[in-house]
Amino acid sequence: MIISVASGKGGTGKTTVAVNLALSINDNVQFLDCDAEEPNAHIFLKPEIKKTAKVFIPVPKIDEAKCAYCGRCREVCVYNAIAVIPPSAGRKGKTLFFPNLCHGCGSCSYFCPEGAIKEVNREIGEIETGYAGSIEFAHGRLNIGEAMAPPVIREIKKHIKTECTVIIDAPPGTSCPVVETLKRSDYCVLVTEPTPFGLNDLMLAVEVLRKLKIPFGVVINRADLGDEKTDLYCDKENIPILMRIPFKKEIAMAYSKGEPIVMAFPEYKKEFIKLYEDIAGQVQ
Amino acid sequence: MKQIVIISGKGGTGKTVITGAFAALAENKVMADCDVDAADLHLLLKPDIKERNEFRSGKTAVIDAEKCVKCGKCVKLCRFNAIAENFVVDPVSCEGCAFCSFACPAGAIRMEENISGEWFISETRFGPMVHARLGIAEENSGKLVSLVRQQAKELAEKNNSDWVIVDGAPGIGCPVIASISGVDCAIVVTEPTLSGLHDADRVIKAAKYFGVTVKLIVNKYDLNTDMTGKIEEYCKSGGIGLVGKIPFDESVVKAMVKGKTIIEHSENSPAGKEIAAAWNFMRKKLEEKI
Ligand code: SF4
Ligand code: SF4
Repeated sequence: MIISVASGKGGTGKTTVAVNLALSINDNVQFLDCDAEEPNAHIFLKPEIKKTAKVFIPVPKIDEAKCAYCGRCREVCVYNAIAVIPPSAGRKGKTLFFPNLCHGCGSCSYFCPEGAIKEVNREIGEIETGYAGSIEFAHGRLNIGEAMAPPVIREIKKHIKTECTVIIDAPPGTSCPVVETLKRSDYCVLVTEPTPFGLNDLMLAVEVLRKLKIPFGVVINRADLGDEKTDLYCDKENIPILMRIPFKKEIAMAYSKGEPIVMAFPEYKKEFIKLYEDIAGQVQ
Repeated sequence: MKQIVIISGKGGTGKTVITGAFAALAENKVMADCDVDAADLHLLLKPDIKERNEFRSGKTAVIDAEKCVKCGKCVKLCRFNAIAENFVVDPVSCEGCAFCSFACPAGAIRMEENISGEWFISETRFGPMVHARLGIAEENSGKLVSLVRQQAKELAEKNNSDWVIVDGAPGIGCPVIASISGVDCAIVVTEPTLSGLHDADRVIKAAKYFGVTVKLIVNKYDLNTDMTGKIEEYCKSGGIGLVGKIPFDESVVKAMVKGKTIIEHSENSPAGKEIAAAWNFMRKKLEEKI
């Protein structure tokens, strides 16, 4: 079973819920942190990293000796990652490549009539895998200055072992990285706060899940700060509220030190087990 | 005219609360909400939309089943696994690269433009605001952010505004790069947690990579004074100006629930005072540079 934990936005306690859920389920758990822009779960799970692998995307390398400056590669690149300056009045031609714009689709190398383009790997991030106790752990990290997280996410998701209970910490937002992460999940836990900001973000996340047709429920964090509008919304939309976590200074303190709730306050463990059982019941 | 962006590495650190407060404090300005994925600033500023525009960007492949000869070339060439065995394109996976449409021997694939969002020019009680909404599960948020920035800048030039105050995008990927490029100063809002410092560090590196001046505000600093101390040390050793330490204050949540900025709701609350002091400090610093 693949359970993703998401939220319209960061900072709602998504990682807290994902980590504590993983720590509360007894065996055969795999944890994937797909927030490749800001992976945080390792701060709480403190995994021992066994392997590091670079993530590459294939990008063109143009052999100027073979290039006839025909401009075909520029024509087929819809991302404007290639510019071709044809030779003129004694000036040599030039082909320019802008790596940050390239999606690695392979179109240019395929269509170059002169066979002047071959593909080379460009590193955009890395994946680390290891163990946090008995939990199998993987996360990825996008290199600073890189724009495209989805290839890193796809790479993390290749580690999925369907025989395990897989907990995925999703990136925030509602665009490409989140969609890439949530695809193929059996269930999604949406973490929110009962404030107007939280509700606004929750409603956006709900739209994403409905579009992807993934069943979901809500965990309300800092449940006692804010108003009752989130409850009313869930009620009206028939969205199950799976759990409420109160605002407690001790929880915030433990969090700030990188301590999972169930480690600092073991009494919460049974609530997370119940959360897991609820989800398992709904997926069945 | 000066452009300031408020960013946070990750959402939920109070970035929008601080942007809203700055919007209430600054004079003669234009606001821009660049968090096009999950915009929140409108909840505080309640914009009255004056101008509504479609955002078209990116394309999706569509296969004409009548022309398709089922040769399988597109399935083989697509690196994003967006074309299923039955020759139907999954629009969510399609990156719009058009490789398949160029390569299809039967000319059966066309690229259709997506309407991937909307952007608006609005009036608020604090002045004009440019904001946007990216369609659900759409990409190209970086482009939409650039558009919002561009429009806000043009509007500010036209109005002779002194400031453009930008609520930045979260993360360190394409949208945040688009929201910080070319600004006069980026203010990173962080919380005193291990992950907060970690996220701030990543976004600061990204900002520096693009040559932007960075300052830092610690929100809810009293939730962990040890960690706040570490952040202060981090700032000192990295030469990053710490412009404010805002205490945890329930009036921030109360203001939010009422849809008000902390300045309007309770200017003299501990958080309100500290944010106002941070703004005055920033304002002077940036004005000195003129
Ligand atoms: S398609 Fe090939 S020959 Fe033509 S400009 Fe590009 S690299 Fe040069
Ligand atoms: S691989 Fe695709 S995106 Fe990259 S340069 Fe070639 S055509 Fe453009």
